[in-house]
Amino acid sequence: MEYFLIIVSAIFVNNILLAQFLGICPFLGVSSRLSTATGMSGAVCFVITLATVVTYLLNQYVLVPLGLTFLQTISFILVIAALVQMVEIILKKISPSLYQALGIFLPLITTNCAVLGVAITVVTKDFAFGGAAPHMLNLGQATVYALATSLGYGLAMCLFAGLREHLAGCDVPKAFRGLPIALITVGIMALAFLGFSGIV
Amino acid sequence: MAAASTLKNMTLCLTLVCLICAAVVGVAYAVTKEPIDAAAQAKTTASIARVLPEFTSTPQEGSIRVGQADYKYYKVDGAGYAIISSTSGFGGLLTLMVGVTGDGKVCNTTVLSHSETPGLGAKCATDERFLSQFRGFDPAAKTLAVRKDGGDLDAITASTITSRAYALAVANAVEVFNQLNKGGQGDE
Amino acid sequence: MSKWHFITDGFVKNNPTFVLVLGMCPTLATTTSAINGLEMGLATMFVLILSNIVISLIAPKVPDKVRIPVYITVIATFVTVLQLLMQAYTPAAYETLGLFIPLIVVNCIVLGRAEGFANKHGVGESALDGIGVGLGFTASLTVIGLVREILGSGSAFGWKFIPGDGILAFVMAPGAFLVLGFLMVLFNKYLAKK
Repeated sequence: MEYFLIIVSAIFVNNILLAQFLGICPFLGVSSRLSTATGMSGAVCFVITLATVVTYLLNQYVLVPLGLTFLQTISFILVIAALVQMVEIILKKISPSLYQALGIFLPLITTNCAVLGVAITVVTKDFAFGGAAPHMLNLGQATVYALATSLGYGLAMCLFAGLREHLAGCDVPKAFRGLPIALITVGIMALAFLGFSGIV
Repeated sequence: MAAASTLKNMTLCLTLVCLICAAVVGVAYAVTKEPIDAAAQAKTTASIARVLPEFTSTPQEGSIRVGQADYKYYKVDGAGYAIISSTSGFGGLLTLMVGVTGDGKVCNTTVLSHSETPGLGAKCATDERFLSQFRGFDPAAKTLAVRKDGGDLDAITASTITSRAYALAVANAVEVFNQLNKGGQGDE
Repeated sequence: MSKWHFITDGFVKNNPTFVLVLGMCPTLATTTSAINGLEMGLATMFVLILSNIVISLIAPKVPDKVRIPVYITVIATFVTVLQLLMQAYTPAAYETLGLFIPLIVVNCIVLGRAEGFANKHGVGESALDGIGVGLGFTASLTVIGLVREILGSGSAFGWKFIPGDGILAFVMAPGAFLVLGFLMVLFNKYLAKK
């Protein structure tokens, strides 16, 4: 039950893009076409989940026992950067076709604040779902949370890319063209997602 | 202009940069450790002073397991207990500090952190009409729940879920107090 | 002309928010009030100036292939120092800005200026560029925060002049996108006129 609540909450209620404002830059950057948006979502999904598991373990078994939690920011970002590089190299070797699909997005992901944001949130915040006592997430829950969050990211990204493809064909006033109209569209989408708040 | 990217250069450069950075962060940590502790201490003391009657003794930190959750509390001799209690509100975790005096009455409550909707649930931190109900609340005589649930508290307008969570957090704190008091009498 | 333009460029021509569209996450998330926007801007400026100075100094010595990791380490160091300083001396601001302080590390403005400016210019110019871009970012954040605060809570810099609640949506997530979108329209209009 708790896992189910974590998933619903992470995808709809606290959608990482529309409610937490993480990972906006690549969101605005690559969402003009549905195909690139799906590619980016896939890559983000993969990296967020992997990075969260690794940084969770790093925090639990290295930083906390040594009393070095103030090094979280610096160590997490280095781990994420190294991880992204490694994933890139391994993918290239093992699955060239997957590399073709995700490859160009991977370097961009290091500076996607959604990755670092989720990694830090998971190890610093208490969670409480459905009346259960507040607690830190355990490894399984953290993994599910990371996966669900990135699915929420993908969902918002693909929905938005679909809208933007339609927008491209519209007659938009000059000053609104490009990003302004995109931002206003996201604003209306975020209003719609507000409707989910309070259901968990 | 840049040094050649040989393995030796790269390793040397990265090692050096990391060493210097580690030194800088280490120094910053050592220098700020005391002020950080002092700031956290000041915040806790201020919250305790808000929820309990005036006291002169030093609060003693402790924790206790009640039901399925761990609660942190501060025991203040001559004043009572300040108990930290969290529940899930509308937007996320709602964390309160609840002061309970020796006679089992709620002295005052204060919000430590919340993520409720601004202008609606977030009023739980400021709405005087709602908050004043908890001052001097006697759990033995009245019920700690909103009227909709058959209790004696008026909810914040349009924020029943937040009000419910607030009442539950206070009720949990009272429960913690009862446990503490039972144990305390055994010791003394 | 002299070096003055390094600072003024950051406000209009290279405005990080409205022209370069960098660092969108803190721009949207922390501008629920003018004060919050101002604090976030200043925090980013602190890191930006220091990392610009250090990177302009070490850039000639760093082998090309490890450039980015070195820059990220330097930036992360300053962010950690900032985190510690804020926890110690401005704990209230640290709590409101929360997650977005550590996230300065991945703010594209900081890495962008390091990679795009500081590694090609001298110390003085890089410091000025840090100040300019930092001020531009701070100004944009404060303006967005101010607009959202006026519409959403009827106050400006914490001073309440309209009683009641205001239009709540503007202090919540959707308002951030809408306000930024419309301000960008105005900025475009202004640029087009010039």
